[in-house]
Amino acid sequence: MRAFADLYRELDSATATRHKIEALKAYLAPIVGEPARWDEAAWAVYLLSGGKPKQMIPTRILRRLATQATGLPEWLVEESYQNVGDLAETLSLLLPPARSSEDVPLEIWMSERLPALRKLDDDGRYARLAAYADALEDADRLVFFKLTTGSLRVGVAKGQVVQALAEATGLDRATIAQRLMGYTQAGRAVGGPDFAALVASADTETAPDDLRPYPFFLAHQLNFTLDELPEKLGPPQDWIAEWKFDGIRGQLIRRGGDWRLWSRGEELISEAFPDMAAIAAALPDGCTLDGEIVVAQAGVEVEGVEAFAKLQQRLNRKVLTDRHLAELPVAFIAYDLLAEHGEDVRARPQHERRERLTRLVRAAQLHAPALRLSPRVEASDWPGLMAQRLRARDIGAEGLMLKGRDAPYGAGRRRSGPRSGDLWFKWKVDPMAVDAVLIYAQKGHGRRSGVYSDYTFAVWSGPVEQNSRTLVPFAKAYSGLTDEEMREVDAVIRRTTVESFGPVRSVKPTLVFELGFEGLAPSKRHKSGVATRFPRMLRWRRDKPVEEADTLGDLQALLAGGGA
Amino acid sequence: MSLIVARPEGLYCPPGDFYIDPWRPVARAVITHGHGDHARFGSGRYMCHADSVPILRRRLGEIAVEGVAYGQAIERDAVRVSLHPAGHILGSAQIRVEHKGEVWVASGDYKIEPDGTCAPFEPIRCHGFISESTFGLPIYRWRPQAEIGAEINRWWRDNAEAGRTSVVYAYSLGKAQRVLAMVDPTIGPIFSHGAVEPMNAIYREAGVALPPTSSPAGLPKAELARALVVAPPSAAGSPWLKRFPHYADAFASGWMQVRGNRRRRGVDRGFVLSDHADWAGLNAAIDATGASRVLVTHGSIATLVRYLRERGLDASGVQAEYGEEDLGEAA
Repeated sequence: MRAFADLYRELDSATATRHKIEALKAYLAPIVGEPARWDEAAWAVYLLSGGKPKQMIPTRILRRLATQATGLPEWLVEESYQNVGDLAETLSLLLPPARSSEDVPLEIWMSERLPALRKLDDDGRYARLAAYADALEDADRLVFFKLTTGSLRVGVAKGQVVQALAEATGLDRATIAQRLMGYTQAGRAVGGPDFAALVASADTETAPDDLRPYPFFLAHQLNFTLDELPEKLGPPQDWIAEWKFDGIRGQLIRRGGDWRLWSRGEELISEAFPDMAAIAAALPDGCTLDGEIVVAQAGVEVEGVEAFAKLQQRLNRKVLTDRHLAELPVAFIAYDLLAEHGEDVRARPQHERRERLTRLVRAAQLHAPALRLSPRVEASDWPGLMAQRLRARDIGAEGLMLKGRDAPYGAGRRRSGPRSGDLWFKWKVDPMAVDAVLIYAQKGHGRRSGVYSDYTFAVWSGPVEQNSRTLVPFAKAYSGLTDEEMREVDAVIRRTTVESFGPVRSVKPTLVFELGFEGLAPSKRHKSGVATRFPRMLRWRRDKPVEEADTLGDLQALLAGGGA
Repeated sequence: MSLIVARPEGLYCPPGDFYIDPWRPVARAVITHGHGDHARFGSGRYMCHADSVPILRRRLGEIAVEGVAYGQAIERDAVRVSLHPAGHILGSAQIRVEHKGEVWVASGDYKIEPDGTCAPFEPIRCHGFISESTFGLPIYRWRPQAEIGAEINRWWRDNAEAGRTSVVYAYSLGKAQRVLAMVDPTIGPIFSHGAVEPMNAIYREAGVALPPTSSPAGLPKAELARALVVAPPSAAGSPWLKRFPHYADAFASGWMQVRGNRRRRGVDRGFVLSDHADWAGLNAAIDATGASRVLVTHGSIATLVRYLRERGLDASGVQAEYGEEDLGEAA
């Protein structure tokens, strides 16, 4: 595992993209010519491209190791953990140096040793884990414990892995990207043959798995002002505008009499959506659709799909009953056609793909009403489109999508052709915002470890005239601050702590932040009566006294105004 | 009886009527070492180790300061005061105070491992001991200095071969000189930042061997590529670095032990190198004093106090205005 652990450390400390790609390449290039190491390489690529192995050891056993192997009291281990923010890293720092050392290959850990741990009882797991840890050099420990907790995240983007593999093999990026689709599916065990298929030369192309998805074409955030739009994007007629639905993006593949539904995260999700079978059955063989899975009652127009919260209720079920299927029916809103009659049509211009998609959906809809066509949003000029965009929240959308009329379907965020129009843009409506007061803080994890960076925010229960008003917690947020601001806020929290409850500190209310979120939904589980979607800090309102923060009434007004 | 107590001005010795590292101006101040949070401006008379005198003069200007040698006893009002090596930076001292058979030691900041740039830490037997707790968590365990030195040299050599300047951020007093003393000057030229160079001069003046250093100003770029540059952390991202067309940077600090801190700094490398005692060092130092009373200052106060109490010592925390509770630059 040493080579992989070294690579992990190098990637972890690298700040430049090029440096990361070079490090990946330096690791992969020699392996490509050394088939004996392809089992290792298969796992390395799996982990590097975001594959998540299952948790092999419950955290209670890791905590037990942290106290028993060090002789430290439990509270001190806990305190250490709060400062480090990561259990695997805490263990790697606390354990005494190894007594012996053994370099066990990555694939033995992944295919044999770690999965075997899952079959043992707690004492058996503990004993084996302690023995493993005792033979691990400091350099390997972090990666080892991260693997056992199933939380190894390497700071590389999948595109960087693709790039490095392309450079190491001499294959083109598109080929590698396509071969990597579905590679990191949950619960998968990979091996030498998988790596062989990944790096096989282009002319010995093995028959591709026809039920695997294409790389998704991803949109860029549109950050232009209305004045800049004509100059940057040309006339709106060069673009196809659609709603940006708030669901799960997926590719629906119909081929050889079978079908698959893949999420944008390249997970196979067919089983979570058995109701898609009817749609798939209505599609002609040999086609791939790109679209959005949403919760929608039959007969309701597309402009009436339910909020993401409803979809989550479906996703969170382990077992789907007929009742769920009836109460939370899903629809597939198709917005692109990637293959038809078994032929890849991604290189065809957007408008042509859309025409073909329209015909295909119209025909299939007759048999599967849950299949919808993403409607076009039209306006003759940019201000008109801007006005349309403001309606997004009313209909449960996050904003608009703009797709270059003549653009091919690309892969990832890269431009799909030479023109500036060969892109997709997401043009989201501005987030809802309230000014909220920070009342609790907790130390963060990962990049935010050791600093108080995870906050609970509150609004006032009533207006300022009300003497008995209190601060009501309603949202947690941790993103949006710069490192500098985070350090400053951290210092304030330490100075103004009122009480500590375990890792959480309550603070004197002095800090006001403008909190942004994508949506609000009524909630019985929250004291405030609302649940926020993707809350984050937009701005530190140093200018605003605590008394002037917003109230529950303000939140409810947002809710009534189409927040869900 | 407590020979040293906390007052709003700083740590105070009532029978001797003087303060140790006061954070507000007082009449008589005994200073453990020259870092800014321990040696502050405005007091009437200062006393410190002779090697700290030029540091205090440089940083505080014209002050009334008396320098003494390690072990030299000064008696007044039945109080005997002496300074003993703390191993933190040049001139750093523990202040030993004795009155009617009772002995207390205020240790300021200290480090156990000898580093070659200052007198190594000496344990002093006492009844009451005042300890810092900057790295008062068991996750802080330092590797031997020689290993870190080898790591720095390897990194510098790799950068030099790739044509990149190596920039190490280190606190200008203490850490910077320690880094300089650890590196292998045969790899390339060594430059130091304008904040570091005057401190180098003070170290050399005190007889500490440091490799030759100079300013990078006006040198051709080719010459800078193989160089090692030692600069204070505040130089990170500053225009001063623009003179180096390609560079890799690193931060030398005990905080680099934790991955999150490394990542927040946004540097290419973190070298775990501290001028403070690690967890084992703190506990070993406290044990070696034989003290039954321990006052814990700046750092992980609550943690160390609780741990010492569980081991049967009479420990309590003192809010002193030293260091930052976290992420202090000096660490």
